[in-house]
Amino acid sequence: MKRLVVILSIVILAGSGLARAATLRLAMDADPVSLDPHVQLSGGMLQYSHMVYDPLIRWTQDVQFEPRLAEKWERLDPLTVRFHLRKDVRFHSGNPFTAKDVAWTLARLKKSQDFKGLFEPFAEPVIVDDHTIDLKTKKPYGLTLNMCTYIFPMDSQFYSGKDDKGLDKDAIVKTEYSFANEHESGTGPYYVESREPGQKWVLKAFPEYWDKNRGNVDTIILTPISEDATRVAALLAGDVDFIMPVPPQDFDRIENSRGIQLITMPGTRVITFQLNQKRRPEFKDAKVRQAIVYAVNNTGIVDKIMKGRATVAAQNSPPGYVGYVADLSPRFDLEKARQLMKEAGHEQGFVVSMIAPNNRYVNDEKIAEAVASMLSKINIKVELKTMPKAQYWDEFDAQVADIQMIGWHSDTEDSANFFEFLYMCPNKETGYGQYNSGNYCNPKVDELTLASQSETDRAKRATMLQEVERILYADAAFVPLHWQMLSWAGSDKLRNADKIVNVMNFPYFGDLNMD
Amino acid sequence: MISTWINASTDHGPAPAVTAGTGSVRYPVAQELPRFWAAFVLQDFLPTTRPPFRAPCGNESIVDSHMFAFIIKRTAQAMVVMLIISLIGFAIKQSVGDPIREITGISVSAQEREALKEKLGLNDPFPVQWLRFVGKALQGDLGNSFYFKRPALQVILSKAPATLELVFSTSVLVILLSIPIGIYAAVKPTTWLARFFMGASIVGVSIPVFLTAILLIYVFSVGLGWLPSYGRGETVEIFSGWQTGYLTVDGLKHLILPSIALSSIMLPLFIRLIRAEMKEVLETEYIKYARAKGLKSSRILFVHAFKNTLLPVITVGGVQLGTLIAFTILTETVFQWKGMGAMFIESVERADTSLMVAYLVFVGFIFVLVNTLVDLIYGLVNPMVRISGRK
Repeated sequence: MKRLVVILSIVILAGSGLARAATLRLAMDADPVSLDPHVQLSGGMLQYSHMVYDPLIRWTQDVQFEPRLAEKWERLDPLTVRFHLRKDVRFHSGNPFTAKDVAWTLARLKKSQDFKGLFEPFAEPVIVDDHTIDLKTKKPYGLTLNMCTYIFPMDSQFYSGKDDKGLDKDAIVKTEYSFANEHESGTGPYYVESREPGQKWVLKAFPEYWDKNRGNVDTIILTPISEDATRVAALLAGDVDFIMPVPPQDFDRIENSRGIQLITMPGTRVITFQLNQKRRPEFKDAKVRQAIVYAVNNTGIVDKIMKGRATVAAQNSPPGYVGYVADLSPRFDLEKARQLMKEAGHEQGFVVSMIAPNNRYVNDEKIAEAVASMLSKINIKVELKTMPKAQYWDEFDAQVADIQMIGWHSDTEDSANFFEFLYMCPNKETGYGQYNSGNYCNPKVDELTLASQSETDRAKRATMLQEVERILYADAAFVPLHWQMLSWAGSDKLRNADKIVNVMNFPYFGDLNMD
Repeated sequence: MISTWINASTDHGPAPAVTAGTGSVRYPVAQELPRFWAAFVLQDFLPTTRPPFRAPCGNESIVDSHMFAFIIKRTAQAMVVMLIISLIGFAIKQSVGDPIREITGISVSAQEREALKEKLGLNDPFPVQWLRFVGKALQGDLGNSFYFKRPALQVILSKAPATLELVFSTSVLVILLSIPIGIYAAVKPTTWLARFFMGASIVGVSIPVFLTAILLIYVFSVGLGWLPSYGRGETVEIFSGWQTGYLTVDGLKHLILPSIALSSIMLPLFIRLIRAEMKEVLETEYIKYARAKGLKSSRILFVHAFKNTLLPVITVGGVQLGTLIAFTILTETVFQWKGMGAMFIESVERADTSLMVAYLVFVGFIFVLVNTLVDLIYGLVNPMVRISGRK
């Protein structure tokens, strides 16, 4: 019996040994634009950062913090959080990772056009010793940990000095050559072996990676396949192992294909319409705004247009966010909508203009068309114009239409971000309300949102942010539609694909196990 | 659509209407219609009695100072065409969208965005931007691709081999298939096989190339699993920057489906063209005479008859090469064949406007260069072109 156990365990060990060293052929709609994690704040660049760099802490699938390069942390006072860093970490260049690199990276983030806004609250950090650093904020700040998921320490030694063209190695350059655009030295599970932009990337497992408890993928071949149909066909034909994103029209086909798994997850990007009160005096009346919200059958849109691949929304914060209020529910009720229009004195209705993008969000054009026809039921005639995303945002900013579509994902994974950008009174000086094309302005919302920023007690923050959601709901500050679903698909060879994905859409490929 | 106007605008240039007497006829219709359709319709316009082929004879006495003036004039015309192309490219660029949006995160402040726009010179008025572009283009600098973060010309040249290899294999496929099928369909027009070819060619030309491509992928990659679905496969560098797929089995496998998809546009056209030409030649007196003389029918067909169908075929073929390059845009996109065509579509989607304009100007330049050279050579070998061009 004992012998049997020994033999069995040897077989199992040998088997797991054989399972090592797999190659993942990964197809994404676009490849990361650079090797420099600070050059652009976008989904693609963050996905890249999680492969080649490692953050101080990262989000788990249930939106909690998980230690990475920071082993543990504690809040010393309202302004300071102390981080204890791992001691066994090396960069791809071979340099050891220390607190100096964290301070250097933070300073560089504050110079990056895309990240400086997010890191504005941070003051100069204090290096306690080689593996301890105090991150300080100018004011008490409730989101210090959230922001640390964006700190992917870079190799300060590697990026210091001048390159062979005589340019600074640490320069952040968006449109031209820079050392950091073409060279990397992070601490992440993979290093970039070769890269042809827009064509093919080869990432290799970093042999000295600190986390020995990682997955078994030792090579990732990343190919951008921008054409949806081709990306799906490549997976079905077995030419690639994992694709992201999955076009919704192919969900059923992939689910029904043998040997292929479809992974979906309720997302956090909320799709909304804003009603411009500056352009339309009618929209100043909360009753009219409420009537519109009551007239829009967002449950129907999710069922019919999104084919169930979305979650109906009545607020901005998705479940799991601190500001989420469980009892706010969708309010489709045509009778009530007509009643409200009557009360507001607009029974006869009026004509409004509407714009929406046609290639930015899933089914964006169809959704806009559906909403336009729903509003006709309460005598609001909509003149809809849709356009490609490359043209849309200039039109959106210029507020060319009375009703404008916008989808928003909170970069901080926190409710306040929605309010800061979408519902605080537009203010050119402070930058708040940058995407508030509804020109909704409620001092109470501004006050609570600003107060939440410096509140470090999570429970108190939650109360404030939930209060804001309730106000926005009652005021019908916007028309909520749904949260888009995230989707990935891969071959069944990927054993824990459903565990490495998350609501932020940064799959942790370093943890992936393949047969 | 873009392909159409590239062709059209180069056509407005130096192309002489009809160079009578040489047999190489440039049909006037072709200058009005997009070339593809024009060439397709051409079969019905072909003159029933063709002037006999006569080798163009260079007449030394006419090659004089006029020749020099002719060259200057053609070159000047070519430059005007290039300026127009760059203007149109710039006009399109204005409406494609804002590159700044594509290269910044959504939460970047309006001031930051404005500063970047200013730095890239995108705030300058249209004429200023255009003149700056033309000035730099004259020195061989077509600007910097926002996405690739490299000079646009360098990006385009690095993608050119993929496109050229695809176009070359497609051309080979078209030549190898259209000649035997075309001749067969002319000689035995009533057989079921000939009817099948003619029917299939109508179907082939009616299906849009991207649909053909998707169908091929679903049948041969997803369904049967015989051929790869996307990309170029394994490539080998033959000399600096030229990655070829011709030297590996994997690379050749990847070539098959895209080449078939791309040839689905040209193959029907050439089959029908060769068939029409051949039928006509077979009716002529000299073929009848050759038969009467008792020559072997294979010799009559391939030596005497086929030779005389070649001239118009080659003329149309040269013109169609441009169309082929235009259709690579669709084929490359579906197969994710990372050549110039796919690069162009992606640059439009990403609002990488500087790369987009550079592509238009680059392709326009190639077309104008080829057309101008052809015209200059025409002028050299056939003085009538020069004389008519001088009036």
